[in-house]
Amino acid sequence: MTEGNGNNPGNVTSRAHSPVPNEDLGKSGKTAKLKIFRGDSEGGQEVEYEIPLVEGMVVLDAVLAIQAEQAGDLAVRWNCKAAHCGSCSAEINGRPKLLCKTRVEEYDGEEIHVHPMRAFPVIKDLVSDVSWNYEVSKAIKPFHSSEQAPFTMYEEDVERLYEPKKCIECFMCQDVCHVLRTHHKHAEFAGPRFFVRNQWLEMHPMDEEDRLGDLKEDNGLGFCNITKCCTEVCPVDIKITDNSIIPLKERVASEFYDPAKWLMRKIRGNGSSRNGN
Amino acid sequence: MSAIASAWKKLPWWVEPSAVVLVLTVFGVYSFVAIALFGGEYQQFVSPFYSPEVPLPGWMPGFVTAPMLVLWIPLGFRATCYYYRKAYYRAFFWDPPACLSKAQQLDRPWASNAESYRGERALFVLNNVHRYFLYASIIVVAFLWFEAFRTLFGPQGFQISVGSLLWFLNIVLLSAYTFSCHSFRHLVGGNKDCYSCIRGGNARRKTYNFVSRLNARHPQWAWYSLFSLLATDIYLRLLQAGAITDFTIIHFGG
Repeated sequence: MTEGNGNNPGNVTSRAHSPVPNEDLGKSGKTAKLKIFRGDSEGGQEVEYEIPLVEGMVVLDAVLAIQAEQAGDLAVRWNCKAAHCGSCSAEINGRPKLLCKTRVEEYDGEEIHVHPMRAFPVIKDLVSDVSWNYEVSKAIKPFHSSEQAPFTMYEEDVERLYEPKKCIECFMCQDVCHVLRTHHKHAEFAGPRFFVRNQWLEMHPMDEEDRLGDLKEDNGLGFCNITKCCTEVCPVDIKITDNSIIPLKERVASEFYDPAKWLMRKIRGNGSSRNGN
Repeated sequence: MSAIASAWKKLPWWVEPSAVVLVLTVFGVYSFVAIALFGGEYQQFVSPFYSPEVPLPGWMPGFVTAPMLVLWIPLGFRATCYYYRKAYYRAFFWDPPACLSKAQQLDRPWASNAESYRGERALFVLNNVHRYFLYASIIVVAFLWFEAFRTLFGPQGFQISVGSLLWFLNIVLLSAYTFSCHSFRHLVGGNKDCYSCIRGGNARRKTYNFVSRLNARHPQWAWYSLFSLLATDIYLRLLQAGAITDFTIIHFGG
């Protein structure tokens, strides 16, 4: 097995995904102070750490350096260190951020407070239990087509599907959403991440499933008051509100709240306006 | 503009909701006073608050003025607009006032129970009527285009004046706001999953993509058009008061 740590640069192809090597720590002569939440679901408090600042270091580097040198029991979840896996989501100065995509220098002159995501139960320190999201995901009707894959699809029909597919499931949109975070509607509300998933499924030209009833009732789309915090924090720039939630709200409005469409359906005698194409 | 936007983001979180409250309150009070107390015409110019001009039935109570019979349409359109909903839920209802953790702790400060939140499932479910206000607003926009062209025909014949440019700027911004609407985007193509499966699908897709590009700037169109409405009406008031004269840029004939 190849040693993949930053102290053996000859054995790795890239050091970008590794912690900051020891020889780089302290080169700049500057230090960074981080106040990190230490605790669990019972409670906890911030503990201040000071580390040598390395130019270009991200907050995850700082946290890992603290873990390596000062607090071996500090819990943090991370994986790719390249803003692809969505594991290192946390809150920096009250705003959800990927620890691996946020440079320490962004907070020049400010205190840096690092906390776990607060919309979910805290397991320990910076690690929250996001498993509720996987339960919501399981409850969404999966892709269904009567045709056999592979499908022949045209670019113009699938170009809207690239954006929702960018989602890395960091769950920061779920964390910042006040419906979950403040109003605790986890039992009745799926959250922005799963409206993105529903939008991908609903707009897929080959999908034949109808999810609008579920969106209105089980997923609680009406709880969303489109205040756009989810869009503000998305690390992959998905326009969650404009391109996922509002298009779904419009489809739900057509199905359930449009009196003219309701009347037309009564006259024609079919129960749903869904056409799928 | 990006420098202004990045500077704006660095301001404390309460600046944005406070600014929204201030601007919408000033606009509301100004427009109400204007339509309740004053007339809206000066030579070839008609204030955008007064178009289309409708006759006031005699049985209407005295406090109702003619523009009120029309203005509920653009008012309803803006009140149910997906962008303004965001703006007033944040600024007036503090639900939430901003996205920052400490701002979210102030969410609906008057509510004793955080779980009592209903979002758009109770009273605000009525916002789903937005598309009907859109349909009616398109008719109003058509009248305002007519009024803009009418400003070209002054007492001395065909002319282009500063006032005309203002009236055209206003209706261009109002049109950009109206046709960048999320409901319009849904209507022209957002409600379809497969463009290649329907007749005229390519035209639908191109229209949808065009509206989507406009829609990305919907908040900006919302504010620009609000300010242009205000500026146009103020210009007319100044003409009425004789404080300014309308400067003619080009005059044809005569």
